[in-house]
Amino acid sequence: MHTPRSRLAVFSSTLIVAVVGILSLIGPAQAVSSSPAGATKACQYEPHEDDLIHVKGCLRDERKTPPAPVAGVDVTVSDSSGAEIGTSTTDESGVFDIPLADSPIKLLGKEFTIRIDEDSLPEGAGLRNPEQVELTITLKTTSDQSVIFPIGDPLAGSEGKLVQAAQLLVGGLVFSSLLAMASLGLSMIFGTTGLTNFAHGELITFGAIVAYSVDKLPGSLSVAGTDITVVVGVVLAFVLSGLFGWANDAALWRPLRSRGTGVIAMMIVSIGLSIFLRNVYQFFTGAQARNLSQYSSVTPWEFGPILVTPKEVAVFLIAMSTLFAATWLLGHTRLGKATRAVADNPALSASTGINVERVISIVWIAGTALTGLSGALLALTQGFDYQIGFKILLLVFAAVVLGGLGTIWGAIVGAFIIGLFTELTTLFVPAEFKFVGALLVLILVLLWRPQGLLGKAQRVG
Amino acid sequence: MDVLDILGLSLQQAFGPTAIILCLAAIGLNVHFGYAGLLNFGQAGFMAVAGYAMATTVTIFSSSLLVGVLWGFVLTILFALLLGAPTLRLRADYLAIVTIAASEIVRQSIGAAAFSDKLGGQDGVTNFISGFRNLNPYTGRKGIPGLVTWSAYDSWVMTVGWSLVAISCLIVWLLMRSPWGRVMKSIREDEDAVRSLGKNVYYYKMQALIIGGLFGALAGYMTAFRSAVVGPSFFATDVTFFAYTALLIGGAARVLGPVVGAAIFWFLLTALGIFFSQATTGSDPLIPTWIMSSTQASLMRFIFLGLGLMLLMIFRPQGIFGDRRELAIDAR
Repeated sequence: MHTPRSRLAVFSSTLIVAVVGILSLIGPAQAVSSSPAGATKACQYEPHEDDLIHVKGCLRDERKTPPAPVAGVDVTVSDSSGAEIGTSTTDESGVFDIPLADSPIKLLGKEFTIRIDEDSLPEGAGLRNPEQVELTITLKTTSDQSVIFPIGDPLAGSEGKLVQAAQLLVGGLVFSSLLAMASLGLSMIFGTTGLTNFAHGELITFGAIVAYSVDKLPGSLSVAGTDITVVVGVVLAFVLSGLFGWANDAALWRPLRSRGTGVIAMMIVSIGLSIFLRNVYQFFTGAQARNLSQYSSVTPWEFGPILVTPKEVAVFLIAMSTLFAATWLLGHTRLGKATRAVADNPALSASTGINVERVISIVWIAGTALTGLSGALLALTQGFDYQIGFKILLLVFAAVVLGGLGTIWGAIVGAFIIGLFTELTTLFVPAEFKFVGALLVLILVLLWRPQGLLGKAQRVG
Repeated sequence: MDVLDILGLSLQQAFGPTAIILCLAAIGLNVHFGYAGLLNFGQAGFMAVAGYAMATTVTIFSSSLLVGVLWGFVLTILFALLLGAPTLRLRADYLAIVTIAASEIVRQSIGAAAFSDKLGGQDGVTNFISGFRNLNPYTGRKGIPGLVTWSAYDSWVMTVGWSLVAISCLIVWLLMRSPWGRVMKSIREDEDAVRSLGKNVYYYKMQALIIGGLFGALAGYMTAFRSAVVGPSFFATDVTFFAYTALLIGGAARVLGPVVGAAIFWFLLTALGIFFSQATTGSDPLIPTWIMSSTQASLMRFIFLGLGLMLLMIFRPQGIFGDRRELAIDAR
């Protein structure tokens, strides 16, 4: 079993190099946007100390290179009843920042409208989408909200459904790739141990917590002038999650297996573990949602009317290469084959000389490492809070069941269907129903094809 | 540290309206999980459907509470049919995932801003309770003065609630000693054997899902009566898991298991909560602030709850009254 081990080592080190490489790509992009060019510095966000939610954004004239900040524009935020909550005028770096004066928890789910005063725009400048003088946002998290009003030549025709769909597709792909990693982790563990782990959401959160804690440590790490604190956090999340998975298995699930505890009993134990871990997390991190210090606001690249941030590209590439590596390892190494053999029939694989407990232990390490990495990247894209994994647990379940419980490719395919579905349905129904739609899909698929899309047609009941 | 205070408030919770809600939900789960072996993780969904059905009958259709209760039962049965149809032929974990998903669908839909003109969004439905409140025969606080008392309205809710619990226990007892109940238990033990005797396992499971769901509906009504409001936050998935914990404390597959379990559950949860809150407040707290603040202390009881549920399931899955042989539960 030497080959798989060294391959695993090669895989992990490749991954670390990839994460460092891809995330450091963002560094230069940020450096350009904040290049010290005197008064034309654009988008200098001031960090704030209070716990309020801030609505902020940056106005830049996209016709100039580099885009020039637009100062002196009035921006107003009002609530759903139309009452004005706050106003701000963009400063010389084009930034406006309006705090919402109420405790963040109370504001959740409320709608706010951000309106830009067209008359205060400087001579010759106009919105690229002239109809979009106001934006309505619904607060989903308690982290700061940034809004974008592109300024420049008016677009030929305002945003159609197709452009919106393409924009949602970008977000959907990024989210799907993260969902796929978490789903693959769950599916691998289910396949080899038969455990439907309701504490899987907390394994996602664990990765996010590691990344967040590394970010919050005093001081920062930098290599050759590039700040890599968050990069190190993400890599550490991957490694420590693997350890955490091993500890989960060794301390709890392996003893339970050797006692012969039934699958249903283990499921209820996992619920206890989920409640326990979730509250322990909240004990140490608090209930506030927070952004990581780096990459929280990066200048998007424009592909026609579609905006893509370098962060999204980096996260997507890391996730996809990890998924590719994981599936390749499962398909081509001795260890991967042993894993699939154990998933197929533990007793038979034991009789052919496979050390089943060792395989299960490695699956826990690898599965949780994947899951933790997805959590860390999720925290990077949408901000950290202690329920980050619990909130998407049902989507992970939906993805895994949709693809076929315990199948490798099924988890990935299912995750992309669920991930894209949740984003793209917001074209037609309010965003608050996007989870509902995904869960309905889950129930409908079970009616029509209980073994999942890629599951073997066997009797499952 | 005031021990009498802790004791009094914990007793108030252990026998008060909150324990009744948990108790009725757990009686439903006892039918599902204890007797039929169905892993329903969506009891909160059944409660929400019934509670909202009753409240909206009064607010939207200006009908009476009694009609609301009947309409709630009808919707609960439909909900059970909807959930059972795709999943009762499948393995236990599928039912678990689908029921928890369905309860989240219900909770997120009823709290949605799109329906807020009828369902009140996150604030929920109010102003439906007067018919129930007007029947209240009590005045003044009731209970043991100096130790534990309840307000007149709570006493009324408790009178109705504990009567419902008693009736429910009687129904479960009668059902489970009937031939129907014996078929149910044998499905839990070995469903292939039951199939070979010519019984339609699927229909029996569906009946169990409906009956357990109806007890869940009672829990939903009591939620509405206790708070005079139904909102999505009352029906979070954790409610189901609390009910499971209560059931496992008392002992699954025992008629009185959920009753004892719910009382003990709320007693311990409240006692732990007050203990940690008292231990972290004041000028010279028992637990210094560098260990935990009072906000963190409020989480301790849930940390213990999670730990307790795990340990209970591992070391004493039969709870206080249960029979371990009867609960050699495993996946089918």
